[in-house]
Amino acid sequence: MPLVKSGAIVADDYLHVADGDAIAEGAVLLPAARFLVDPEGVLKRNSKVGVIWPNSRNIAELAPWLDRVAAVALVFPTFRDGRAYSQARLLRERYGFRGELRATGQVLRDQFVFMLRSGFDAFEVKKDSDAAAFTEVARRYSVVYQPTGDGRATAAARRLSRQNAEARS
Amino acid sequence: MYAYDEIDRTFLSERVAEFRDQVRRRLNGELTEEEFKSLRLMNGVYLQLHAYMFRVAIPYGTLSAQQLRRLAHVGRKYDRGYGHFTTRQNIQFNWIKLAELPDAMEDLAEVGIHAIQTSGNCVRNITTDQWAGVVPGEIDDPRVWAEVLRQYTTLHPEFAFLPRKFKIAISAADHDRAAIKIHDIGLRMRRNDAGEIGFEVLVGGGLGRSPFIAKTIRDFVHARDIISYVEAVLRVYNQYGRRDNIYKARIKILLHELGAERFAKDVEAEWAQIRDGMLEIDDAMVDDIRSRFRYPRYEQLSDTPQELAKASDPRFTAWLQNAVAPHKVPGYAVVTLSLKPIGGTPGDATAEQMDAIADLADRYSFGELRVGHEQNLALPNVAKRDLPALWRALDKIGVATPNVNLISDVISCPGLDYCSLANTRSIPIAQELTRRFANHDLAAMIGRLHVNISGCINACGHHHVGHIGILGVDKNGEEFYQITIGGRADEGAEIGTLIGPAVPYAEVADVIEDIVEAYLALRAAPDELFIDTVKRLGVQPFKERVYATR
Ligand code: HEM
Ligand code: SF4
Repeated sequence: MPLVKSGAIVADDYLHVADGDAIAEGAVLLPAARFLVDPEGVLKRNSKVGVIWPNSRNIAELAPWLDRVAAVALVFPTFRDGRAYSQARLLRERYGFRGELRATGQVLRDQFVFMLRSGFDAFEVKKDSDAAAFTEVARRYSVVYQPTGDGRATAAARRLSRQNAEARS
Repeated sequence: MYAYDEIDRTFLSERVAEFRDQVRRRLNGELTEEEFKSLRLMNGVYLQLHAYMFRVAIPYGTLSAQQLRRLAHVGRKYDRGYGHFTTRQNIQFNWIKLAELPDAMEDLAEVGIHAIQTSGNCVRNITTDQWAGVVPGEIDDPRVWAEVLRQYTTLHPEFAFLPRKFKIAISAADHDRAAIKIHDIGLRMRRNDAGEIGFEVLVGGGLGRSPFIAKTIRDFVHARDIISYVEAVLRVYNQYGRRDNIYKARIKILLHELGAERFAKDVEAEWAQIRDGMLEIDDAMVDDIRSRFRYPRYEQLSDTPQELAKASDPRFTAWLQNAVAPHKVPGYAVVTLSLKPIGGTPGDATAEQMDAIADLADRYSFGELRVGHEQNLALPNVAKRDLPALWRALDKIGVATPNVNLISDVISCPGLDYCSLANTRSIPIAQELTRRFANHDLAAMIGRLHVNISGCINACGHHHVGHIGILGVDKNGEEFYQITIGGRADEGAEIGTLIGPAVPYAEVADVIEDIVEAYLALRAAPDELFIDTVKRLGVQPFKERVYATR
């Protein structure tokens, strides 16, 4: 499964740790339940720690450690289950999370725009062809209608600034 | 009418390009039907019994003559020469080919119409009063606020995959013509004690398998905060709405399971975090949107023109009494065009009719038209002196049946004639009822009476809130119908009560006649409406009458 970051297909430097496995050396992504057993303990390691957070669990529970967690992976069990979009926005916009925010599970081309606008910056894409099309698809819409944490100027804001510019000139 | 600008037009063409690409990938097999399904649904494309069905939005029910002509063109070029107006200010085309859909969308985008979010589990086309902006006594034109919310919800990245579809309706008049109490969010415009405008917010209405009337969760949200409040509702729903069972996924079930108070508390907590942030609406934004609604330049006209006084044709008089409603400007009237001719399919209009109506809108209504949830059209700005001439023209094209709000003004879903989910036919029942009650004097004597028909429990025909509701059910492969009475969709919304066992197809019209006869015998006075008689007496006398001989 290709990983896309900053528009390019890159190698994944995180090891996904399953529930029963030992925590290996190097950067790891841990299931939430595993992480929560001893957060301080795992965060003391010398390498990066990320958490895989299920979409049915309140993201606020992760808040105390967000400044030390390097990555959060949110889950789309099917592309039709949109809970992780809300979690992503909360992480970015309410809890100020600045680390890697990764979309996992059923991640398909036609969700990229929604995911980017919700704050994701890393994508475990299901299909190679979708990953290859990432940059093109991400540019699909030059117009957005609602403000989110991505800071893009909305249609309404652009109209008003254009009017103001006209009024000044 | 709202005029799109360069920014909106760019967006629509980007949307069409995206859909063209999705169709291409579906046709060459890159996308499975399962993957394509949710993409096409967000563009109003369903797969039906015979073909793909294409549902186009008519935002807040307002159309320009030019847009209606374009809809006629789509009906003619890509379909079988007609379109079907639905109960949600949409129009559907039943016979479109997948490969041609992107072209049809492009043709529509040229005049600023689209099918974005007319289906799928997202925020749907936002609906409002079909008389918005012209009816006397409104707090504000609700279309301005529907447009504010339409823009905010368009391709909202967080809410494109909600647990289930999500419908918002707005009403700003005393009388609710938008059926806000049967929507996921109903917004009733009002003023607070300081005279500022805002909304009472109702949540959790809906029909389908488990019907609910919406409950008020906040008496007043200031208009400038309405986006953040709606976002708070959507966020709570997106996170906690049920996803394990499609029949329990609507927000009405969440509200019911949590209780309205607890739900309201969750929304308040979320809202407290976002209300003073980037979603606060500044006046300049509303002014800008308002300025792009084109309002007619009304003339000063007599409210009692001699053209009306002179008119003596009894058919005209009947129509004048039935289909013409007061306008906020003296000398003008709102005219409803019945799409319920005797023996016709409720809500259908041919391409020729649409073209002719568009011409009449240009000539008599400042180029503007409306679509209401009763599946009728309206010309919102007709000078009263033009009514006789307009009537003759409407009569000629078959849209002047004087049955608006009468028993033959039936709301009906497509049922088994088109719909893949149907248990029974709906349209032939509607047609039979229009024939039984074709006599105008009889229908007028019965008075206001809404009959609503759905071909299955999904309730697209709003049967629960019909004064008389008819629901098709399957009994061992045969078409049966449950009859309810006492439902209503307006400000006093109620779910109807079942009168007894389901009856077979062949008996439905007889049963309705029995109910009407019972009503005529029971009503306290000629002006007591059917719905009021039911309220006063309950279902028992009607039940007795219907089942005494069955
Ligand atoms: C022919 C294709 C159609 C299909 C497959 C279809 C399917 C459905 C389904 C499955 C629901 C129930 C959703 C739920 O409660 O969660 C529904 C609801 C609804 N449909 Fe349709 N429908 C169709 C056509 C129409 C038409 C033509 C109209 C208007 C005349 C319409 C208006 C509605 C309305 C108003 C509801 C909402 C009822 C409520 O509040 O729960 N539908 N539709
Ligand atoms: S009520 Fe049932 S039969 Fe009628 S259109 Fe809706 S899904 Fe189809």
